[in-house]
Amino acid sequence: MTTGARPLAGTGALLGLALRRDRAMLPLWAGLLSLTVVSGAGTVGSLYATAAERADLVRSLAVNGSLRAMLGPAFGDSLGALVSWRFGVFAALAAAALSLILVVRHTREEEESGRQEMLSSAMVGRRAPLTAALLTALIANTALTGAITAGLAGPTGSATGALALGLAVGLTGMAFAGLAAIAAQLTESARAAKGLTAAALGLAYALRAAGDSATADGSAVPTRLSPLGWAEQIRPYAGERWQFAALLALAALAQIAVAYALTGRRDIGMSFLPSRPGPAAGRIAGPTGLAWRLQRGALLGWSAAFLAGGIAFGSLASGVATLVGENESTREIFERMGGQSGLTDAFLASMTGLFGLVAAVYATSSVLRAHSEETGGRAEPVLAGPVGRAHWAAGHLALALGGSALILAAAGLGMALGHGTAPGPLLGAALSQLPAVWLLGGLAMALYGVLPRAVMAAWAAVGLTLAIGWIGPALRLPDALLELSPFGRLAKLPGNPMEWRPALLLTALAAALVAVGLAGLRRRDLRN
Amino acid sequence: MTKAITVDGLHKSFGRTHALTGLDLTVDTGEVHGFLGPNGAGKSTAVRVLLGLLRADAGDVRLLGGDPWRDAVALHRRIAYVPGDVTLWRNLSGGEVIDLYGRLRGGLDPGRRAELIERFELDPTKKGRTYSKGNRQKVALVAAFASDAELLVLDEPTSGLDPLMEGVFQSCVAQQRDRGRTVLLSSHLLSEVETLCDRVSIIRAGRTVETGSLAELRHLTRTSVTAELAGPPNGLARLPGVHGLDIRGHQVRLQVDTDKFDAVLRALTASGVRSLISTPPTLEELFLRHYTDEAGSR
Repeated sequence: MTTGARPLAGTGALLGLALRRDRAMLPLWAGLLSLTVVSGAGTVGSLYATAAERADLVRSLAVNGSLRAMLGPAFGDSLGALVSWRFGVFAALAAAALSLILVVRHTREEEESGRQEMLSSAMVGRRAPLTAALLTALIANTALTGAITAGLAGPTGSATGALALGLAVGLTGMAFAGLAAIAAQLTESARAAKGLTAAALGLAYALRAAGDSATADGSAVPTRLSPLGWAEQIRPYAGERWQFAALLALAALAQIAVAYALTGRRDIGMSFLPSRPGPAAGRIAGPTGLAWRLQRGALLGWSAAFLAGGIAFGSLASGVATLVGENESTREIFERMGGQSGLTDAFLASMTGLFGLVAAVYATSSVLRAHSEETGGRAEPVLAGPVGRAHWAAGHLALALGGSALILAAAGLGMALGHGTAPGPLLGAALSQLPAVWLLGGLAMALYGVLPRAVMAAWAAVGLTLAIGWIGPALRLPDALLELSPFGRLAKLPGNPMEWRPALLLTALAAALVAVGLAGLRRRDLRN
Repeated sequence: MTKAITVDGLHKSFGRTHALTGLDLTVDTGEVHGFLGPNGAGKSTAVRVLLGLLRADAGDVRLLGGDPWRDAVALHRRIAYVPGDVTLWRNLSGGEVIDLYGRLRGGLDPGRRAELIERFELDPTKKGRTYSKGNRQKVALVAAFASDAELLVLDEPTSGLDPLMEGVFQSCVAQQRDRGRTVLLSSHLLSEVETLCDRVSIIRAGRTVETGSLAELRHLTRTSVTAELAGPPNGLARLPGVHGLDIRGHQVRLQVDTDKFDAVLRALTASGVRSLISTPPTLEELFLRHYTDEAGSR
């Protein structure tokens, strides 16, 4: 019986189960992402058709710290190098997000739901669930790498460069799959495991942004500390540095090794970070109090992250404009972009816009908490009490809409603190993003109330908005497309006058969507 | 007779909570063994240790001749488990789940699978999210009974089943016993345990308090006697093992330790018996004694 342990037994069946469960989500996500990157060759190629135009773009990046903070520096002026600059960080980030969701979904979430208990009573080794989850992530990331490599090799004329970009994306995904695997061993809830890994991903992005805003070649220390910085330093199409690909692979393997050491050493359902006992008596008075109790942890985390991010970006703001290239043409671009104060304002406005985009993720997830309460069967007993549906939903809405204001205020205050200016203007700038955030929250509410089956469309809208806001501007996408994003209609603050008309219009639209959602929720059947 | 399960002095703690404090359990091969205890007594913790999902802190646990933690996978080929609260994947059908567990347990008899689906009146094409509680249990039960497992570990498996399906479940367990399978059945349905089980173990606060066949356990408790006598009763109060004696004229009510029943009967017939009702202890009484003892000891 000494061979009875077989820690990997059943991995194949579990992998089959995972792929079957993700038969829709996985191809859709991987397909859309690789399509976005591959089609980038066409858009970048038509926008910057000549070598001179491309060289001009790269020169302007030398003075544009805010664009570098968003997307990273460009390491060459070939078509492929510009596609990498434009899409690399974004795609790596998306691959990391996909990987962390996949890994947690097939490990901690299975344990938390109780399904793993029955699975593990069959011939399933103690390390099989983690292995199957990591293999699922590996399949997804390999597909991404393969699709990007195959799709870009032709149009950019360099298979090596295409492979380097594909690996930068796929290996970042695997590095965060490894981190998620560790987080899934540490926490008792899947929500916490995802939150922990997402926070690390946010930190990696912030470090890279901070470093890249300060230097034009990614040599700053913060960039070197960030896995997203390593992905960027692979420098596809610009003298590939494979050692950074190896570094990412090493990080993935090391983290996976730690996760393996942890798993199989613990009881099922238990975690290494113990959960503390709760109070014996409760003070939760009603549905609003319940919503607050359920969401306060997340709101606190988001506020802290936005404050810290604000301080970090604020403290970089004065630095972005001092980095002027020595030659005439960059000096000329520098003046054209508004000189010292213009560039600082542009940087702060970009960062404000970034906070707005990310706040939309918070607002949507917070509104949709009501949806997961309903489908999880937890809303039913509450609504069976003397609680109206609108009253019940209002608690989650208040946290979503009010909470967005709170986290944006935290970001604004942080920027003022970091930049060392009076809080008023930057606080106002951050809050000026609210109408667009609310609109997306309102859309989620309308979908949830009227078409609960299609609630994932709310995330699609957020994804589209993120993609437009992130990689849209410098692509000079058609205005009709850019204006699909509510953020595109807002004034760019600071540095421009406030525009009240679009802000009020978006707010009114958001209110209408919320009203539609509430009316739909009152009318329809509850789902389980 | 070989032992399917032997547990000796099992301890398991979660932080400061001591879930199991010296549990003993012996299940013979081929028997249906009832596993009883009030809520929170540690039944499910014990079952999870047996399945190698939790690691024992102390004590000796043998399952089908192996170590449930070290030999987990090899042992699981020979085990089928049904938890009390089955959760399914939202977008997988019941049939898919049954076959998944079949593969994971090393095979499943297609004939028996079809027969069980019919007997349990389960629609295997429905998706996990649309099943009711009882139907989710049926999915797990079909998967377990259709497997070739030597040992079935059933942890309150019939919660949510209707009385008709409860009957189907009982006949399935009887069938398993006839095929020589061993069943460990944790349950709160005492009628179910009384019908199905050869022996039972009762645990309380993490340790075993009673174990044996139902007849043996009954022996340890009291029989209720109501008698109508011809003359006044004599000397009953002095007999050992008599409790709650209540004499009203020629009418006698009492409870007697079952092993002292004989002496009481003789004393009664000495006065001449007109009618006699004697009720053996039900499992429920047996059970309630332990429940109330627990409440009293706090």
